[in-house]
Amino acid sequence: MKSVVAEQLVKTYKSGNVRALDGLSLDVEEGTVLSVLGPNGAGKTTVVRILATLLAPDSGSATVGGIDVVRSPEKVREIIGLSGQYAALDEVLTGWDNLVMFGRLYHLSKKQAELRATELLERFSLTDSARRSIKTYSGGMRRRLDLAASLIVRPKVLFLDEPTTGLDPRGRQEMWGVIEELVTDGVTLLLTTQYLDEADQLADDIIVVDHGKVIARGTSDALKKQIGGEQLHVVVEQSNIAATMEIVAKVSQANVLLDEGLRRISAPVTTGSSALIDVLRLLDGVGIHPLDIALQRPSLDDVFMSLTGHAAEESVAAAEGKKMGKRSRK
Amino acid sequence: MKRPLTDALIITRRQLLLLRRVPEVLIFSTIQPVMFVLLFRYVFGGSITAGMPGGYVQFLMPGIFVQTVAFTLAGTASGVAEDMTKGLIDRYRSLPIARSALVFGKTLGDSTLNIVVLMTMGAAGYIVGWRPTSGLAKVLLAFLFLLAFGYSLSWIGIFIGLIAKDVRTVQNMSFLVTFPLTFLSNAFAPTTGMPRALQYFAEWNPVSTMVAATRELFGLKNSFGVTAGSFPSQHPLTMSFIYMIAIVMFFVPISVNKYKNVAKR
Repeated sequence: MKSVVAEQLVKTYKSGNVRALDGLSLDVEEGTVLSVLGPNGAGKTTVVRILATLLAPDSGSATVGGIDVVRSPEKVREIIGLSGQYAALDEVLTGWDNLVMFGRLYHLSKKQAELRATELLERFSLTDSARRSIKTYSGGMRRRLDLAASLIVRPKVLFLDEPTTGLDPRGRQEMWGVIEELVTDGVTLLLTTQYLDEADQLADDIIVVDHGKVIARGTSDALKKQIGGEQLHVVVEQSNIAATMEIVAKVSQANVLLDEGLRRISAPVTTGSSALIDVLRLLDGVGIHPLDIALQRPSLDDVFMSLTGHAAEESVAAAEGKKMGKRSRK
Repeated sequence: MKRPLTDALIITRRQLLLLRRVPEVLIFSTIQPVMFVLLFRYVFGGSITAGMPGGYVQFLMPGIFVQTVAFTLAGTASGVAEDMTKGLIDRYRSLPIARSALVFGKTLGDSTLNIVVLMTMGAAGYIVGWRPTSGLAKVLLAFLFLLAFGYSLSWIGIFIGLIAKDVRTVQNMSFLVTFPLTFLSNAFAPTTGMPRALQYFAEWNPVSTMVAATRELFGLKNSFGVTAGSFPSQHPLTMSFIYMIAIVMFFVPISVNKYKNVAKR
């Protein structure tokens, strides 16, 4: 069953005539994780805001848990949790205060709200700082508390908008751990990110979004395959180069490249690890022992590059360039 | 199921919790008005006494009460603006609560703060010689009246908080609204001494009407200049009510509506 379905969403912001969403469709199977991957300004946050009933689309439709987000936003709000790019908490209050207050707003009794706050603080390793003002929290702690606040009523569908943006590596790792745990619990998760490794790590399915449109969809593996197969690299002693090139060519059936300085022979292969085994067996048969052999799959960065025409790292500059109207495509 | 009142009260509780977590807020919101009481009482009190039964302090206190209540508008506005910039508004808006709950809750919370501030100021006034002559019932009524005025103004604060870009802008905007209104009024000096053109403004100013109404409730006589005989000068209490109702009727719907459609910055 699909937990989240969005069809042909269009949203234009009046200020600046930016078409944030340009007919974007997506769906998330119940109990799975969909990652919406894209650079800044691609429309990721806009999708989340529409699905979380914070924003109405200009056209198109969307349902969450089978409920229409435009027609029955109140009902949608009862089954979703949202954790945004900024920790949406009262800075002055303590972690405990925040969780209890939000629990009460989710219509829990005082006792239930306090119980749930205790549970969540424990689960997110925040018990020790529960009675401290959030001002004293680190970025990672804030995000965890923010996530905790979005889990108070055990939402069926959870939206996480760039959950690790701005966190240090340790904070990211911690956040990933927490998110992975949630997924194990069976929550349906829609997660936006501009980090390719994050999508790779957390998501079952990935959609790549650019300029308010889905430009690719699939599992991480499928996306990598979509832009071509893997590369086989073999490094051997100088004296074995010629023989090795012959063997690699036989397995690859394609152009073999030699990097003379590195003594590295490279060729595209389509049969994955069996190509690797074949090459090793043939090399072994003629007594060549490679110094290094590797099957390299394209990274999601490569995927992004080939799909959008710009690398993900350039996304900020690209988004800004777009705003100024001088962005050029490759 | 929506429970607008309960939800609003939870937000109110948050406001009060803030005071407990940061008692400085309460201290500073009371120190400033008390300082005004002392400054005006002793700096101007010596020179402005003409025709004021009981001395300047009797004349001054209603003015300072109204001014203080008017200044809390800035606090309301910054509170809202802060929630906006931090994305807290998005969280509230994604909760299954009535859309009006947050703004209503905030206005109630700020009114509660006003109770504490007014009581402190009343005590400070008493110490420096303020003695209302109208009896306890009317004095209490005056305080309720001030609270109601503060409540209606907090809706202007909410609106400013929702439309302003950041907290600093809010403070400037609130200042621009409250400062001229409180000083171009009869709050600290009788309008009869002002230039004619200014008298028109000062006497039709809702703050003046409010001050006049409070003075009346404390048992003082009001004197008006150019507008003597006009409706506000004759019926300051009624007129104040009209102003309050007008403010609430105008700002509640536009604020709630703005809040519904507001986007995080």
